[in-house]
Amino acid sequence: MAIHHGRGFACINYPIGMNLGGDPSQALVHSTPDGKFKVTLSSIDLGQGIKSVGRQLAAETLGVPVEDVFVDTADSDTGPHDMGSFASRGTHRMGNAIIRAATEARAQLLEAAAEELEVDASDLVTDGRGNIHVKGAPSRSITVEATATAAQFNQGRTLAGRGMFLVPLSEVDSDTGEMTPVSSFAHAALIIDLTVDDETGEVEVQHINSAYEVGRALNPRLVEQQLIGGAWMGVSHALYETTEPYYPDRSHGPVDFNHYLQPGPGDAAPHHITVLERPAPDAPFGGKGPGEMCANPVLPAIANAVFNAVGVECDSLPITPEKVLRGIRANGGARSQGRPGA
Amino acid sequence: MKSPVTFWLNGSETAVFVDAGANLLDVLRRGCGDLSPKYGCGQGGCGACTVLIDGEPHVSCLVLAETVAGRSVETTGGLSNGPDPHPLQRAFMEGFAAQCGYCTPGMLMAAKALLDRNPSPSRPEVEEAISGNLCRCTGYEPIVDAILEAARQRGAA
Repeated sequence: MAIHHGRGFACINYPIGMNLGGDPSQALVHSTPDGKFKVTLSSIDLGQGIKSVGRQLAAETLGVPVEDVFVDTADSDTGPHDMGSFASRGTHRMGNAIIRAATEARAQLLEAAAEELEVDASDLVTDGRGNIHVKGAPSRSITVEATATAAQFNQGRTLAGRGMFLVPLSEVDSDTGEMTPVSSFAHAALIIDLTVDDETGEVEVQHINSAYEVGRALNPRLVEQQLIGGAWMGVSHALYETTEPYYPDRSHGPVDFNHYLQPGPGDAAPHHITVLERPAPDAPFGGKGPGEMCANPVLPAIANAVFNAVGVECDSLPITPEKVLRGIRANGGARSQGRPGA
Repeated sequence: MKSPVTFWLNGSETAVFVDAGANLLDVLRRGCGDLSPKYGCGQGGCGACTVLIDGEPHVSCLVLAETVAGRSVETTGGLSNGPDPHPLQRAFMEGFAAQCGYCTPGMLMAAKALLDRNPSPSRPEVEEAISGNLCRCTGYEPIVDAILEAARQRGAA
């Protein structure tokens, strides 16, 4: 009886968003009378960070401090139509819509400032700190706040923008089957090091090493956070979680959190991540976003590592101790496949 | 049939009428308007409703409200000192230890109970202390890191 080490590799080309009949997102941006900006979306932030990233994108586009932008989400009564938060589409689709809305609002902001300063709007620039001034003449300036107040109380002008981003439906070529279902791909490669106990069948993930190419990391801490959390979820799907452990027989399914197995805080493996930034031309400031692919490559990498460790090929998930032991028994013992690179 | 229960909620004397058999989580949220403890599973399996009773962590969904009469109950709602976040809250914030945030109040209270009795815990002790609290987003690592960081900050202060 022994502990066997295994290493497994998987890589992924991951489509951002999906296109089953067109994939639209909309955003609205408007200013308050004191020069703050509100971004209204119908998609939700369930922790992935679209509120933070949307705020950054709007502030960068408007040319105002990020503190002066607020994102309101998840109300399809008051917000414009959006397909939703799924398919890893948030940063790419909503981000593009936000940039378009903010661009329109910025043009109105500069028009209003131009009227106050009696100059041409094309001569104006923003300093990102709440001021608008004439290019090359910083003393001829007005604050965003004063501009917003003047626009709404004197000029009778809205400072608002509408943004729409649509990936149109791609028709399938009936002869070749060729189509363009997605517009943007992210990429990753991931290596799992684990041990398999051939007496108990238990698999223990020791280390995760990964490299992710997600376009520009618009918010590096959020990217890292999502990759770490997502890999944990991948480990959980690979080794623990199932609602039907004997599918298609539905017996012995979990009925509460005590039966629905997930790795706990003591089971988390150290994860070393390298984020490669290759800004995508059609993505907002180049950021494609990690999304679901933070979990996906973990599963095949673990399956490969288990095979490498004891020679058992599991063709269903999760890879439970029972399946590993049955596999070892069927093979007449653990058959290590050798240590790659060793 | 309602009965009056008086207890200390985050240091303030609080009186509330509770239904016989009502659980503490329900009374805190509906009776006292403290929405910081979260309802997750209602079975004591997820830890989102963790509060401290006389300094000890309990899943408030499994505590009969009447049993806290005369005792002290602490929730995340009382953690900060005015506008100043508690060192744990600050460490969670700066360490990006929350994504959806639903487990955060329970994690904070479990962590506070730990640091109050053990100001400089080891990593396994932190993992043990939050082992009754489920998190679906973070992979736990940032949470464990944040609790250790808060302990370091407290030690340095």
